[in-house]
Amino acid sequence: MQPGLYHILFISAALFFIGVYGFLTRRNLITMLMSIELILNSVNLNFIAFNKYLWPHKMDGLFFTLFIIAIAAAEAAVAIAIIINLYRSHNSINVENAEELKY
Amino acid sequence: MPSIVYILIPLLPFAGFVLLGLFGRKYFKNASGWIGTFLMLVSFILALYVAYDYFVNTSTFPKHIPVKYVWLKFSDTLSIDMGILQDPISMMMIVVVTFISLMVHIYSLGYMKGEERYATYYSFLSLFTFSMLGLVLASNLFQTYIFWELVGVSSFLLIGYYYDKPSAVAAAKKAFIVTRFADLGFLIGILIIANASNTLDFNTLIASLTSPGSGQAQSAAASSFLGLSALTWGTALIFIGGAGKSAMFPLHIWLPDAMEGPTPVSALIHAATMVVAGVYLVARLFPVFSINTPGVLDIVGWVGAISAIFAAIIACTQTDIKRVLAYSTMSQIGYMMFALGVAGYGGESGLGYTASMFHLFTHAMFKALLFLGAGVVIHYVHSNDMKDMGGLRKKMPVTHITFLIACLAIAGIPPFAGFFSKEEILLAAYNGNTIIYWIALVTSGLTAFYMFRLYFNIFWNKPYQTEHHSEHKSEGGWIMLFPLLVLALGAAGSGFIPFGKYVNSDGNPLETHFHLQFSILPVALGLAGIFMAMWLYKKQNNRPEKFAASLNGFYKAAYHKFYIDEIWLFITKKIIFNLIGRPAAWFDKNVVDGLVNLVGNTTTSVSEVIKKLQSGRVQQYAIYFLFGAIGLAILFIYIWK
Amino acid sequence: MNLLLIILAPLLTALAVLACRNKEQVKWTALAGSLAQLMIAFLLYFAFRQEKEANESVQMLFQQDYALFKNPNIHFHIGVDGISVAMILLTAFVVIAGVLVSWNIEKMTKEFYFLLILLALGAYGFFISLDLFVLFFFLEISVIPKYLLIGIWGSGRKEYSANKLALMLMGGSALILVGILGLYFTAGRTFDILQIANTTIVAENQNYIFPLLFAGFGVFTALFPLHTWVPDGHSSAPTAGSMFLAGISMKLGGYGCLRVAAYLLPDGMKEYANIIIVLSAIAILYGAFATMMQKDLKYINAYSSISHVGFSLLGIAMLTQTAVTGAVMQMISHGLMTALFFAVIGMIYDRTHTRMVAEMGGLMKMLPFISTVFFIVGLCSLGLPGLSGFVAEMTVFMGSWENTGAFYKIATIAAAMSIVVTAVYILRAIGQTVMGPVKNESYLSLKDARWNEKLAAIILLAGILAIGVAPGWLNDLLRPETGHFMHKILGIK
Repeated sequence: MQPGLYHILFISAALFFIGVYGFLTRRNLITMLMSIELILNSVNLNFIAFNKYLWPHKMDGLFFTLFIIAIAAAEAAVAIAIIINLYRSHNSINVENAEELKY
Repeated sequence: MPSIVYILIPLLPFAGFVLLGLFGRKYFKNASGWIGTFLMLVSFILALYVAYDYFVNTSTFPKHIPVKYVWLKFSDTLSIDMGILQDPISMMMIVVVTFISLMVHIYSLGYMKGEERYATYYSFLSLFTFSMLGLVLASNLFQTYIFWELVGVSSFLLIGYYYDKPSAVAAAKKAFIVTRFADLGFLIGILIIANASNTLDFNTLIASLTSPGSGQAQSAAASSFLGLSALTWGTALIFIGGAGKSAMFPLHIWLPDAMEGPTPVSALIHAATMVVAGVYLVARLFPVFSINTPGVLDIVGWVGAISAIFAAIIACTQTDIKRVLAYSTMSQIGYMMFALGVAGYGGESGLGYTASMFHLFTHAMFKALLFLGAGVVIHYVHSNDMKDMGGLRKKMPVTHITFLIACLAIAGIPPFAGFFSKEEILLAAYNGNTIIYWIALVTSGLTAFYMFRLYFNIFWNKPYQTEHHSEHKSEGGWIMLFPLLVLALGAAGSGFIPFGKYVNSDGNPLETHFHLQFSILPVALGLAGIFMAMWLYKKQNNRPEKFAASLNGFYKAAYHKFYIDEIWLFITKKIIFNLIGRPAAWFDKNVVDGLVNLVGNTTTSVSEVIKKLQSGRVQQYAIYFLFGAIGLAILFIYIWK
Repeated sequence: MNLLLIILAPLLTALAVLACRNKEQVKWTALAGSLAQLMIAFLLYFAFRQEKEANESVQMLFQQDYALFKNPNIHFHIGVDGISVAMILLTAFVVIAGVLVSWNIEKMTKEFYFLLILLALGAYGFFISLDLFVLFFFLEISVIPKYLLIGIWGSGRKEYSANKLALMLMGGSALILVGILGLYFTAGRTFDILQIANTTIVAENQNYIFPLLFAGFGVFTALFPLHTWVPDGHSSAPTAGSMFLAGISMKLGGYGCLRVAAYLLPDGMKEYANIIIVLSAIAILYGAFATMMQKDLKYINAYSSISHVGFSLLGIAMLTQTAVTGAVMQMISHGLMTALFFAVIGMIYDRTHTRMVAEMGGLMKMLPFISTVFFIVGLCSLGLPGLSGFVAEMTVFMGSWENTGAFYKIATIAAAMSIVVTAVYILRAIGQTVMGPVKNESYLSLKDARWNEKLAAIILLAGILAIGVAPGWLNDLLRPETGHFMHKILGIK
């Protein structure tokens, strides 16, 4: 059976919710970062799928995907820098220990 | 005559006030008495000159305004002016005021000698004299009110002269507040009258209201409130102002307490001049009272009569000599008031008016004399209580004689001054209102009794114990006795002035004649009073106690001044303070302020709840975000299609 | 005369104060600056009288107009009439007295004087601006320094009071802003007072804009239910702060009620006049009765301020020329009087370290100068003739009584009753503090007023006496203007 659009969308939706679930439940900042990557990749998957199945003669989806990959890389770099700093000041990368920014 | 002469009469004392008030303490401490007295002397001479010029050189005694300055303008016709009004009563009053004031100034040179605030005392005296002169010379109703308030505050200052004595402060406060309460009536009365006649100038005001068929009078009579015409309200309220200042029942409570001031002050303010301001005010507006609102004039008569007998009864029981004199003052002012009350406008029926002014004049003489005499006694004995006195006639012969003259004058024994004025008043009352006449007659008997009770208690009765206060050998020196002698001359002789010729209700000379038959009854009553007092008090005995005991409850009530003070105290302390003041303060602190704080507290507590959302947990925010996004998606997709 | 001088003088003073190096310099600079302001105010008065005589029909003199923005249409438009001139004189008097009284401020002297002068700048600008936006701008300038003055230099519950005052005044400002915007849009997109005065605004619109503006300015001038910042604010503020607050700031409100609310919205004014009369009559009596129960001198004066300011609102709402004249007189008189009152209370507090009436007594013995001034200002407060309070109150009464109808008469009588209550509380305060026996032995060594305090008291007393003894000049200054107001509001010649 040839995989159709719906199959890919199903996978990306699953990926997205796995990412959301991971982001909301995990306390480890690195894991949360990884969850965000999952969410971003699910979006990437959507872009590619829509591009291929609906407008096969256009390249917009590919471009957006490339952009997102680039930005995700940058974001990961920034986020890991923040996490390292947090680790230095709090000796922990547990998100529950970093809640000073309130009220 | 140049107008500066008129202006200088009140302005010289004012200059004294400013000069002594600002620089007296520092620069001329001991000279300040002489400076004040000298300025007063000049003022008196000028007043005498002006009055002489007026009474001798004008034959018809017109109401004449030589000086006028627009002080505050409300509209073309309505303005507060500072002016000088010349008419018989104002001319008589400036002579009385400057004369008594001069006497008191001289007397105080001895009496107040060595006081720490000597200069201040003289500056206050000058302020009072200035205000009183401004009051009697006023050409404008509002000007009267202005100086009315100023005499009030001078009285406050002088009563509270011994400011570190709580009783003096309390008395000063009481005097000011009670008269202020009455002045509220005066003020509203002025507003009504000004509104009705559209002017504040006395001459125009009286002319426009009293001329028959004038528009103002008709419209003022037509507009009414609670069934009484505007003008009736106006004059009645003005009379309340006058009653307050003149210590008429039931606003008299401040006068006896006012005796806390130095005795010369009592003589000047609370006997001879300021307290008669109420009488003067009614006399000033007499045509309006008499022609437009005779009903109010009846009230004036009754209030006067009740005050006269009421005060006379209380005076019989008091032992503080200044308080006796204070009640006697109230009683005599009652005489003047009801004399006005029973008078009519014009001709023979205007006798009451003449009599009232005449009594004002003679009363100023003998009452000032009594007070100054009492001052000498107090100075000598160092006590106000007649129980500490007795047998002083040998120690102070001059005081004794002058005091006796004054007592005879006030008791209405011929040929002393009081006899003439009292006879006129009684005659006017006889013609006007028989009940008031009988009240007056009884009062005149009581007057003789309590005055001679005072006289015998001070100068006879028990022999004076010389062992204490032996440092005082003299009566206070000639500087204090001179005013007594001058005033004694006035008390003895001023009755012979043909007053009706000069002072009368409508400007036509009034012949006053005496009927011998008419005079018999009052003089006999007076003599009876004197003999009664002699029997009870000339020698030390136990008759007074027995007599008082036989009257029992009535004596007690009179001794406690019929509890009027307590009633007022109840009204102010209990009712006004507790039922109005306290709730108002409570309301402000709790309700008004509480509402504002409630707004603040509500805001705080709401934000206290809301701030929990800002927990600092990233994942919580993500959940809000997620559900928010889902919610919005549902909203946009299914509900707001 | 160039009106810019009026705001340049305080502005330069404020800047000069900032540039000073030490406390002495700060004080003398501030004093010189306020003296210059006083002189300029006098110059303005005489120039105004002269100019007014030449062209009587012109309402606003010395006008200057600079366009600031095209859209919204904001102009820097300034000009004065008699009322503004009187207010500027009052401000100048209070400012110099306030500067003198604060001579011994030790904490952050420079900032203190800077804020004082800034407050004055706001008031001066407020009184001369003829453009609602600029007027609002200056009003706000005069609000913020108060918060700091109370919060930093205050006493007692100063944080609470500063918050309360600033928040309530800001609330008032918000109402004013909405009202001003309402005027802007209903009067054809202009903030200019003179232009708005010439356009007719539909009565319906007036009826909803008027309460906003009047209540907004009412907060500033302690309109009855909105007065509650007054007691706390005054009692916590430093002496000069109280003086400025009561002497100047409360007058901004009264002036605004008259110049903006009543003048620009005549129909609204007539519609709400009776309500305002009732509220101000309540304020007068209620304030007086509440004062009777106070034990702290500053609270006594604060509550009595509520009562006295009620007279000026009553006068405005009575809508007769005499009453409105009296209302403005009352603002001036109360400004001088209450500033002096607070100054004296400050002087007493500096020495006895208490403001409780019951703890003092017999101060006349040790502090004759201060006590005498206290006495005189008390007499002014209870309306003694010869002092300014009497003139103002009597003018209000005379004007109020001109109205026919029992309602007005009863309101006037109610207001007049306060003169008795005033006498009660003033004499109680005087009797217990200045007179009576000395209760505290340590007071016997107190020293009387220093030169700066004497000067401050004399300056304010001079103002009080100038109005009280010869009120003619003030009456002549104000009467043509109030006549103009009445013409506009009642539509009569």
